Amino acid sequence: MGQGIFVITEQREGAFRKVSYEALSEGRRLADVKKCGLTAIIAGPGAEKMAPTLEKYGPDKVLVADDPLLTEYTTDAYTDVVAGAVKAQNPELVIIGASILGKDLSARLAARLDAGLAMDCVAIRVENSEFIFTRPMYGGKILSDVKIDGTPKMVAIRPNVFTISETPRSVVLEKITVSAGQARTNVVERKLESADKIELTEADIIVSGGRGTGGNFTHIEELSKILGAAVGASRTAVDEGWRRHSDQVGQTGKVVSPTLYIACGISGAIQHLAGMSTSKFIVAINKDPEAPIFQKADYGVVGDLFQVLPAIIDEVKKLK
Amino acid sequence: MDIVVLVKQVPDTESLIQIAGDGVSIKTDDLKWVINPYDEFAVEEALRIREAQGGTVTILSMGPAKTVEAIRTALAMGADKGIHINDPIAEGSDSLGISKLLAAVLKKIPFDLIIAGMRAVDGDNYQVASAVAEFLGIPQITQVTKQEITGKKIRLNQVVEGGVAVIEADLPVLFTAQRGLNEPRYASLPGIMKAKKKPLEIKTVGDLGVDAGQVGVKNRKVKIAALKLPPTRKSVMMIKGEDPAALAANLVHKLHEEAKVI
Ligand SMILES: Cc1cc2nc3c(=O)[nH]c(=O)nc-3n(C[C@H](O)[C@H](O)[C@H](O)COP(=O)(O)OP(=O)(O)OC[C@H]3O[C@@H](n4cnc5c(N)ncnc54)[C@H](O)[C@@H]3O)c2cc1C
Ligand SMILES: Nc1ncnc2c1ncn2[C@@H]1O[C@H](COP(=O)(O)O)[C@@H](O)[C@H]1O
Repeated sequence: MGQGIFVITEQREGAFRKVSYEALSEGRRLADVKKCGLTAIIAGPGAEKMAPTLEKYGPDKVLVADDPLLTEYTTDAYTDVVAGAVKAQNPELVIIGASILGKDLSARLAARLDAGLAMDCVAIRVENSEFIFTRPMYGGKILSDVKIDGTPKMVAIRPNVFTISETPRSVVLEKITVSAGQARTNVVERKLESADKIELTEADIIVSGGRGTGGNFTHIEELSKILGAAVGASRTAVDEGWRRHSDQVGQTGKVVSPTLYIACGISGAIQHLAGMSTSKFIVAINKDPEAPIFQKADYGVVGDLFQVLPAIIDEVKKLK
Repeated sequence: MDIVVLVKQVPDTESLIQIAGDGVSIKTDDLKWVINPYDEFAVEEALRIREAQGGTVTILSMGPAKTVEAIRTALAMGADKGIHINDPIAEGSDSLGISKLLAAVLKKIPFDLIIAGMRAVDGDNYQVASAVAEFLGIPQITQVTKQEITGKKIRLNQVVEGGVAVIEADLPVLFTAQRGLNEPRYASLPGIMKAKKKPLEIKTVGDLGVDAGQVGVKNRKVKIAALKLPPTRKSVMMIKGEDPAALAANLVHKLHEEAKVI
């Protein structure tokens, strides 16, 4: 029977992923409910230098695993290191962010530890001192409450859903010696899109375009720029070659949970809704008043996006 | 090149999903079942590799009797043979249970490459492929949009936040298909005819030597306590306005003052 909560953080080039703060904040909340300790692990180069950044999110202890072997993410090396740390700590619950690499690592780790894993959770609660994890299934058409037998229990949380809260405390730092076997995959290159591009799954605001744009994303780009938003797309917009696959939102694209999702010229097909229905506010702009997207939106605008978007851009500028 | 593709049969993405009377499962009577869309990419990629290099493509699937339709569809696309784990004892297994059964089959057959989907769109678990790789002790590369095999080496593009990582490994590996990998072909009529004669083996839990205490709905580690429908949004507020400028002013006002999101 394990005890305590263990959070796996994710960093790239010395910066934590936002979901790591979400995971830690949720870990702190649950540790207070359970009256247990909260440990976080940072793996990769510069881990020790990064540890103080975590203090304000409330871990009692931070483990740092700094080793050249961990410079690039490889499933093999990270699983070895994190599995070793989890076994040594013997926690009841392991929390990780369900980013792309978080999904990759958590799935492998769960198999290594023979642990039940609730993937892509949107809520966690404790009832009669038991954890209950809520996760969407069938592209969000159903929510499932699951319990996990045995320990450790593992949960990967959907980015952008859990609240970040600051509860600073002084942390105990512990260096762990890395025992990563040979990584059998080798990252030879990393091709990143421009660094200032906001990642869809972490974006607070997304402006998305569909077939209704006819391939002209100028206004969408401009609005997203002044809102500090990311640009998304329907599958049609991707299939037409107007946007990249990595911009696609939906059942066979990205699952996003921004505070504000603005759908422009998107009809609201069920597969598109699967990717954005957990957004906090949804705005639909469509010239067809019957478009199904309006049934899922909080605010609807019937109009031609080529006329409405420039007017919205003007209005937003007035706010700034 | 011996390639195995992991294929799951799932409800069509258009399906209306309804909760069954027991509160922990879904109604399955009226569903249309299809190959998991990501597994279609996996099948297509396997066929392209075989077409370029020779070899065999084997479809491996676990599921109830009707799963055979998904296997036949993949055979009709051009795969060579199918293996179907069909055993009532295994029904309702969670990701770990399914993975143990799939891995047990794979331990007994030769392979250079395993391709799976990055997730099955029923449970949206993103787990089985990685777990299979772990149980076989081979490397995994998830969410792949491009691959290239030269001799015993494979080079892949893995989607990561903000771009792609180019990864190299020695075969055998398991990789999972992300959208963008290819456009799957349709099964042709002659393909469908030929598929009927292609070999299809059925395996039970007993055949595989997997401990029955590790599989099935009773032995799930991840237990479904309740299914519910997502909370409904309050009905849409249609923004009023004479012209685009008025519409825009009213919308931005609402977003700024009411929702406080901009
Ligand atoms: C297995 C499978 C998986 C899928 N996965 C996804 C997925 O992940 N993501 C996804 O998005 N789709 C997915 N789809 C496709 C989905 O079914 C729809 O075909 C797609 O979402 C439609 O895209 P759209 O809304 O851009 O186009 P359309 O449905 O053609 O809608 C265009 C809309 O634009 C409006 N419009 C036109 N001109 C204007 C204008 N000037 N101003 C304002 N409005 C205008 C129209 O009224 C219409 O409502 C999937 C389909 C399948 C079968
Ligand atoms: N029952 C199954 N039979 C064969 N392959 C499966 C099965 N379940 C999952 N898979 C494979 O694992 C991938 C990921 O599934 P999941 O972990 O359920 O999201 C799928 O795309 C399939 O390739």
